[in-house]
Amino acid sequence: MAEIITGLAFYLFAAATIASALMVVTSRNAVHSVLFLILAFFSASALFVLRGAEFVAMILVIVYVGAVAVLFLFVVMMLHVGENRLFQGVKRFGVVGVLVGLAVLAELVLVVTTRAFRPENPAPATNPQPEGVNVTEALGQILYTDYFLLFQMSGLVLLVAMIGAITLTLRSRDGVKRQSIPQQIERSRQEAVALRKVESGKGIG
Amino acid sequence: MAITLEHYLVVAALLLTIGLFGILLNRRNVIIILMSVELILLSVNVNLIAFSTELGDLTGQIFALLILTVAAAEAAIGLAILVVFFRNRGNIEIEDINSMKG
Repeated sequence: MAEIITGLAFYLFAAATIASALMVVTSRNAVHSVLFLILAFFSASALFVLRGAEFVAMILVIVYVGAVAVLFLFVVMMLHVGENRLFQGVKRFGVVGVLVGLAVLAELVLVVTTRAFRPENPAPATNPQPEGVNVTEALGQILYTDYFLLFQMSGLVLLVAMIGAITLTLRSRDGVKRQSIPQQIERSRQEAVALRKVESGKGIG
Repeated sequence: MAITLEHYLVVAALLLTIGLFGILLNRRNVIIILMSVELILLSVNVNLIAFSTELGDLTGQIFALLILTVAAAEAAIGLAILVVFFRNRGNIEIEDINSMKG
């Protein structure tokens, strides 16, 4: 019974993933494409949960739905993007497209029909999943020890991406007042403060 | 109706094909191309997760996490370039992106 439910859930989420991926590419409105991208990532993370990789599934939802998709949505809303027409480039790129499609189709057939990717005697697992520990804990135990360098370097990649995005989009516009710290520090007491003797009973000017 | 590794591989291959067609047959919108790249990276992740759980090896899931990081960085940089391009040229239609005569 449980197997039937798992199978049904797989087919449901797989169909949702493929259908929304198709809609991402074919949809006329770019905003709809972004929303279908979110749906595709959501269903793919459900597939990961079915497979027993909960941690990556949740990270996928957080990173893609929470950050990347919102970024896409923001840019689509900010820029004026025209209607998307798929197959507009068929005349110029039709041959290449068909060739690539055939190649990928051939790979697909190979994947389904051969079992070469599953050798008789597979090499022992580098990081076998330990017993009695959930996936998140097991991943943490190797990510922060054996793969610590990679972890730090991916942090560095994100930092460089952040700096790059900021320097690309930063611009100085006219007519906007900005803080200039050297100017602030250069001010002397003479130009900043004036002492006036005020007679009692009279104001200044 | 047991779900095997092959089922996941087929889903990943279909995603990859859709992403490729999105790039090749799109002549209008750069944002759609960036989204197609995200779809291709997702299909890679599906493959890695499927093999990782099939073989009981956690290395694939670590790889998937790293790919996720790189994909996020790539999306941020790509969209920043797109914004700068839009600021300079006023539109982002692919037909008009020909100043490098490539």
